[in-house]
Amino acid sequence: MLLTAQEHHRFKAAGRPFLYLVPSAAIFALDDLADALLNALVERPRSREELTAKLSVVHDPDEIEESIDELIRLRAVGESLPPRPMPKILPMKEFPLTTMVLNVTNQCNLACTYCYEYGEDKIVDTENGKKPKFMTIETARQSVEFMLKESGDNEVAHLTFFGGETLMNFPVLKETIAYARRRAVEVGKEVDFSLTTNATLLRPEIIEFLVENDVGVTISIYGPKDMQDKFRVFHNGAGSYDVVAPKIKSLLQQHRKKPVAARVTLTSPTLDVRRIYRHLTEEFGFREIGFAPVTTAPGREYTIEEAGFDQMLAQFRDLAFEFLESAVQNRHHGFSNVKETLEEIHKGMSKAYPCGAGLGLMGVATDGDVALCHRFAGSDAHKFGTVATGIDRAAQSAFLDRHHLADKTDCSTCWARPVCSGGCYHEAHTRYGDTARPNLHYCEWIRGWTDICLQIYGELSERNPAFLERFDQEPPERVA
Amino acid sequence: MRHLKAINRKAARVEEYVAQLGKAAPQDTPQPESADVVALQRGGPPQQPDAGPHVPMGCSLVFSPGWEADRTGGTAGLCQPVERDLFDCHVGCYWPAQVPDQLNHAPDWTTKCAAAQKDWRKIDLVFP
Repeated sequence: MLLTAQEHHRFKAAGRPFLYLVPSAAIFALDDLADALLNALVERPRSREELTAKLSVVHDPDEIEESIDELIRLRAVGESLPPRPMPKILPMKEFPLTTMVLNVTNQCNLACTYCYEYGEDKIVDTENGKKPKFMTIETARQSVEFMLKESGDNEVAHLTFFGGETLMNFPVLKETIAYARRRAVEVGKEVDFSLTTNATLLRPEIIEFLVENDVGVTISIYGPKDMQDKFRVFHNGAGSYDVVAPKIKSLLQQHRKKPVAARVTLTSPTLDVRRIYRHLTEEFGFREIGFAPVTTAPGREYTIEEAGFDQMLAQFRDLAFEFLESAVQNRHHGFSNVKETLEEIHKGMSKAYPCGAGLGLMGVATDGDVALCHRFAGSDAHKFGTVATGIDRAAQSAFLDRHHLADKTDCSTCWARPVCSGGCYHEAHTRYGDTARPNLHYCEWIRGWTDICLQIYGELSERNPAFLERFDQEPPERVA
Repeated sequence: MRHLKAINRKAARVEEYVAQLGKAAPQDTPQPESADVVALQRGGPPQQPDAGPHVPMGCSLVFSPGWEADRTGGTAGLCQPVERDLFDCHVGCYWPAQVPDQLNHAPDWTTKCAAAQKDWRKIDLVFP
């Protein structure tokens, strides 16, 4: 019988070989013999006898047999059978809502050129469309009821305020939090609050309110003044750095209970990740910085093309290894991208869907329409009911059926699919006009990034395994 | 496992699962082609808990250890008496070729054998 290496990815960390099994996402450290066996089988299928003959120069034949048996038991090695189709197991019906993203307004006081909501690639026509510019308190209250009901048996519901510029509708936000607190107590649940803002409207009384109410804050920012002022501009074209900088510093000084995170959208002309990171941590004092490449159709002025992805990957790599050295010494490092991926690797998540959108997370538009996520809020083509009528479970089931990883044939041979699962629906919609398409333009980047994170994980498992145990607590889903 | 070490949580679960399989069938993970021969296996693999033991007691299909010789090479400690195996084939086995056909061909095959434990040596060979 010929043995073949089954689908896997190997990487080196702390000077030893590791094995990442696909699709289970299990990670094993290998000894030299197991590594040599896999090498021999990756070259071509071989019989046991052939393997023993090849490796017995260096290794003991009994050890070789034992190692082959172990690899077979873990299904890292098996008979040369045709690949099995991926099972298509759909999530349970009536999946509880864990996070509701409330778009309290679709208006914004900035005019960032790359913005998915207003820029060249917008989905919903917010200027002339039928959607109201601001959510009313009635709709917001209805949304809270919707959230409490659809959260099922979950004890905690997460409510995230989003926009537009969220703080342009501060009165409704404030009243919604009070209402949600009261109703949560009445139905015996807990609600946790967060928001994303561009920081231009952070007045002292708003900061005070956010601190008092324990509202998690994510700041959309670019970083150094030259970069911030290039893209994050007011409608008259003026840069926003000088307006936001003192406000952010004031928020960071007062808001101590929950980490205030920075969220950076990277565009092609300003890909200096390390400089942005330094500026945001050292000049502002942010605890957590998350980066994401801009979502655009191909060919825009700020689109990140292939060379840009390579450059970004190299810089992510540097920051990730900086994170590693901090983690080995149990010091904090704020590069949140690596932390999020490490957590998924630690748990061995093997995803059938790229994210929680349409599953545990949904976005609500200003008029109360429920959508796949906040990025699609207000789009009729991606609507899952309304806050008044509840989740349209038939539309949700049809969506989940059409978007399962098993139907993304391009992904079926990729070792990084347990982590990526085809990538962001919104990105796919913007690039290819279809949420169900895998994001083939950034496959190399995802594989490169996943490999880096696996190396970091392997290093930590050898040098400071206790650090990894902190991922055993479940943090809430992030909204970007 | 000695050559691979589980690192993340999923790997620990895979290892646990494999160890369970190992208890059910000490050899390699059963392949679908061979999984229909369950014999004396107690309980099925975890994904098919209802695959209870199919036990053709005493039949030579079983290859029970100790059927021909005990662990010392003698016959004193056999786990099942050979005579019981004979009569099990004769009475309960679906494969009658192992014993003479008592209905048609050799109706008197066991007449000299009143008590199998004691008299089994009196059973003759039968040539068709």
